[in-house]
Amino acid sequence: MQSLKHPDLFSERHIGPSESEIHYMLAQLGYESLEAMIQATVPESIRLKHPIQLPNPLHEHEVIHHLKEAAQKNLVFRSYLGMGYHGCITPPVIQRKLLENPGWYTQYTPYQAEIAQGRLEALFYFQTMICDLTGMEIANASLLDEATAAAEAMSLCYGTVGGPQRNRMLISDDCHPQTISVIRTRAKPLDIEIRVEPRKDLKPDSGTFAVLLQYPATDGLVVDPQPDIEAAQEAGALSIVATDLLAMTLLKPPGEMGADIVIGSAQRFGVPMGYGGPHAAFFACRDALKRKMPGRIVGVSRDSRGRPAYRLTLQTREQHIRREKATSNICTAQALLANMAAMYAIFHGPERLRRIGQHVHQMACLLAEGAHRGGHQLVHDSFFDTLRIALHTENADSFLQRAESMGINIRRLDRQTIGIALDETVTQQDLEDLWQLLGADPALLLDHAQGDEYGQAFPATLTRQSQFLTDKVFHAYHSETEMLRYLRRLESKDLSLTNSMIPLGSCTMKLNATIEMLAISWPEIASLHPFVPLAQAQGYQQIFSDLEQWLADITGFHSVSLQPNAGAQGEYAGLLVIKKYLESKGQQHRHICLIPQSAHGTNPASAIMAGMQVVGIRCDDQGNIDLEDLKARVTEHAHELAALMITYPSTHGVFEEKVEEICQLIHDHGGQVYLDGANMNAQVGVCRPGDYGADVCHLNLHKTFCIPHGGGGPGVGPIAVAEHLTPFLPGHSVVPLAGEDRVGPIAAAPWGSASIVTISWVYIRAMGLAGLTQATQVAILSANYIARRLDPFYRVLYRGKHGMVAHECIIDLRSFKRVSVEDVAKRLMDYGFHAPTVSWPVAGTMMIEPTESESQLELDRFCDAMIQIHGEIMTIEAGDTDPNDNLLKNAPHTADMIAAEKWSHPYSREQAGFPVEAQRDHKFWPRVGRIDNVYGDRNPVCSCAGMDAFMEQLAQQGQ
Amino acid sequence: MSSSIPEHLKYAKTHEWVRHEADVAWVGITDHAQAELTELVFVELPEVGKVLEAGQACAVVESVKTASDIYAPMSGEVIEVNTSLMDDPGKVNSDAFGEGWFFKLKVSDPAQMDQLLDASGYAAQVGS
Repeated sequence: MQSLKHPDLFSERHIGPSESEIHYMLAQLGYESLEAMIQATVPESIRLKHPIQLPNPLHEHEVIHHLKEAAQKNLVFRSYLGMGYHGCITPPVIQRKLLENPGWYTQYTPYQAEIAQGRLEALFYFQTMICDLTGMEIANASLLDEATAAAEAMSLCYGTVGGPQRNRMLISDDCHPQTISVIRTRAKPLDIEIRVEPRKDLKPDSGTFAVLLQYPATDGLVVDPQPDIEAAQEAGALSIVATDLLAMTLLKPPGEMGADIVIGSAQRFGVPMGYGGPHAAFFACRDALKRKMPGRIVGVSRDSRGRPAYRLTLQTREQHIRREKATSNICTAQALLANMAAMYAIFHGPERLRRIGQHVHQMACLLAEGAHRGGHQLVHDSFFDTLRIALHTENADSFLQRAESMGINIRRLDRQTIGIALDETVTQQDLEDLWQLLGADPALLLDHAQGDEYGQAFPATLTRQSQFLTDKVFHAYHSETEMLRYLRRLESKDLSLTNSMIPLGSCTMKLNATIEMLAISWPEIASLHPFVPLAQAQGYQQIFSDLEQWLADITGFHSVSLQPNAGAQGEYAGLLVIKKYLESKGQQHRHICLIPQSAHGTNPASAIMAGMQVVGIRCDDQGNIDLEDLKARVTEHAHELAALMITYPSTHGVFEEKVEEICQLIHDHGGQVYLDGANMNAQVGVCRPGDYGADVCHLNLHKTFCIPHGGGGPGVGPIAVAEHLTPFLPGHSVVPLAGEDRVGPIAAAPWGSASIVTISWVYIRAMGLAGLTQATQVAILSANYIARRLDPFYRVLYRGKHGMVAHECIIDLRSFKRVSVEDVAKRLMDYGFHAPTVSWPVAGTMMIEPTESESQLELDRFCDAMIQIHGEIMTIEAGDTDPNDNLLKNAPHTADMIAAEKWSHPYSREQAGFPVEAQRDHKFWPRVGRIDNVYGDRNPVCSCAGMDAFMEQLAQQGQ
Repeated sequence: MSSSIPEHLKYAKTHEWVRHEADVAWVGITDHAQAELTELVFVELPEVGKVLEAGQACAVVESVKTASDIYAPMSGEVIEVNTSLMDDPGKVNSDAFGEGWFFKLKVSDPAQMDQLLDASGYAAQVGS
């Protein structure tokens, strides 16, 4: 019978190598089939015995149809719920040229700064924008969400002035409820006392290390935070102010009132609500606290030409270096969304932003008039965009019901009180509808709007006097033509997957197919407030339920929580779940977390946050867990053992043979096994953590399941757990989730970065089990093919049984005496490639992960480049060329370096800039020369405010 | 690695050096340590007046690639810190035993000197 299915298969296009290429590569490795190769690579005992229950693959055209059907079950109402989420208008030029543009969203975190100047520049302006609007001295390049940012601020304050005698944090009860809950979750394992009180009762004393205020408050009240900031400081505590960027265009910023830390969300600067995310939170602080600030910071340094260049600065604060001493486990940020917010500010500029702020404020004033006319009472008359209204006779539930029937969501504050938060999308019609709801005659709105002066509805003493966004960048791109070209110019400076493979080990830079990205811009997906009634989000609920089911099947677990916004947050959530489970068994004394030396740096940092004590486990010469050491530590801590954190396949890219035995050993001693699922892409369809003994694992949907890296975020890090841990999955305070035993929320929104899980949904649905399994097989094949091709030139450091690596391989460059691994990374840029992961997990090595999405042609192009560079290295090592003036030490070479009138190097311009013939037709140019890291870290300049002095200093050194 | 190890100083296993004069001990990190750390970009020093226990983490050094704790080699009160390192941490790289000193301690237990390594003991530890 003829098949009625479309002959085209999505998996054939997601997977890079063609069938004949797969056969060729297999032959090179001496295998007849992918299955035979897997049998030689993955230990027999853990391989999948029964197929997973996943739906059959569908043609992508059908998949998107199904997703649309589901999405259409979401009801796109007007949401005036506020609480840090607001309707906004994404300028279409930003939507199309940035959010929906693979040149931006397929970039990796800018660790190779010379080929990441575009997004680093954009993030630098994000930091400048935050500093300017909040009045603070330094800001980071975004955090996961506002609530997480507040919890990070708590940690910073505790680490700075807190201690056993000063362990209390005071929180004003008019902060956003989800912020308070996330802080409570975070505080509990650290024995920090959280006291939530009405603002008038906040009395910081010698036991207080921090005070958190919200300005404007969650119910809209605008009141001067300065007295509370001063009271905190007099008591020796630090002050944290959560604020709103649009309000900052009109209100005196907290930085001018002495706040120590200012946090908030940049969502309303052009980033859709997306039923919870992703959005960029911001974190700004006084300069004195900068070395304790969580997250990534972009700074300026100089390059080999003496010109300014951007880079990530102060990275030693990060957990991959500090491990259990890190101040935070934050790794992934929200780079793509931070860049959208920065571009929103650049596109509008300070004047238009202020006008938008004034417009929203005017709308709120008109709404207040409507409330008066309807006979209701404003509980406070000092506000920016949000009103707290005590209803005259009607109760809140009935009011909300009427509103919902008009397609409007209003916040219920208590039985008789409601909150309405307005935003830049509100039109005259919207306002008339609200007047009608409030019982005012909408026909009179226009008269009133034209009739009176509204002035402003907050104290004159709180009017912003200072300038903001004064740098020229915020004045240069206000027309769409200019903005279009600016975005294109920045994009062209960055190497993304649109240029070449990005073979970053442990990062999985696989294809982010266009079909997977479509839904994020659909109104049914993009426009939902995270706290709408569940009945309006039935489409989302179906998508979550499908995805949770599929991920549970893929991992061999019982249940999944989509709440964590990033892998590290998943780790933290998973450990909290383990802890709560142990407590439920009366075993709260178990607090030791065993972590192999080879683990991701986020592991120890997350364990500390979960209130555990880290004990390191040695690794053997092959990079595997030293079983004898593990046994000794397990025995030593048998009564206190809480968990083992293990990565599989190991961070050294090997399928350890003894993983089952290791898991069993932990269980035998009363501990739980946390599996770091960063390398799940080597297991999907081949083996399952739940089967070989893990109790919980997190998944990086932004690695294995195709959510793009966005140049440093967003990420999604759901956790999958065995049945006995299911009751303890994270809950939420605003959207109640069933079950009494849940750990508190670990992110602001109940389903985290909801809008982008549609990407993984499409991927799994279009691939089906067969496609997913083949993706895993080809990822392993490609890594082994590269290992085979490069091994004669660069020794492959670790291998498993039969000499096979998993989905990535580590090559050793430590034998070279005159060339460093960094030199090779920079030289690869001249060849048009992004370097593999450098010096992790072993210093002096490179970890290469090709993924399944690269064709054999591209794999060969990369291998050829590496082999040609090896020849260049040999010339240097042999002493045939100057050890300090050669192709590698001077890399990368920019166009202006090659075109310079004077050329004094002992190699030719062609060798420098066009090492491969094909580059004459197509060449990616690094825009800056090698960046001076030491200079940048000694003189951190992280916003436009420091640029004049920095440029002067550079000019002096140039003379 | 050829790094100097002056004879007149005492050494902690954690790579700090001590120069003891009357009841005051000068503390810094060894030339070997600075070479391992590579160029320093930041030094965080203890507060003057802080009382330290021998072995207590009391300062932090950062290079581009790493951050390390510095431990008090002896117990005592911090009476002076080398604030010039704040502006020029490179002094630790260029002159670890001299201008790159970290802080001075008023020693509370001079007998702890005996538990520190001498130059040959430290040389044996770092294998030079």
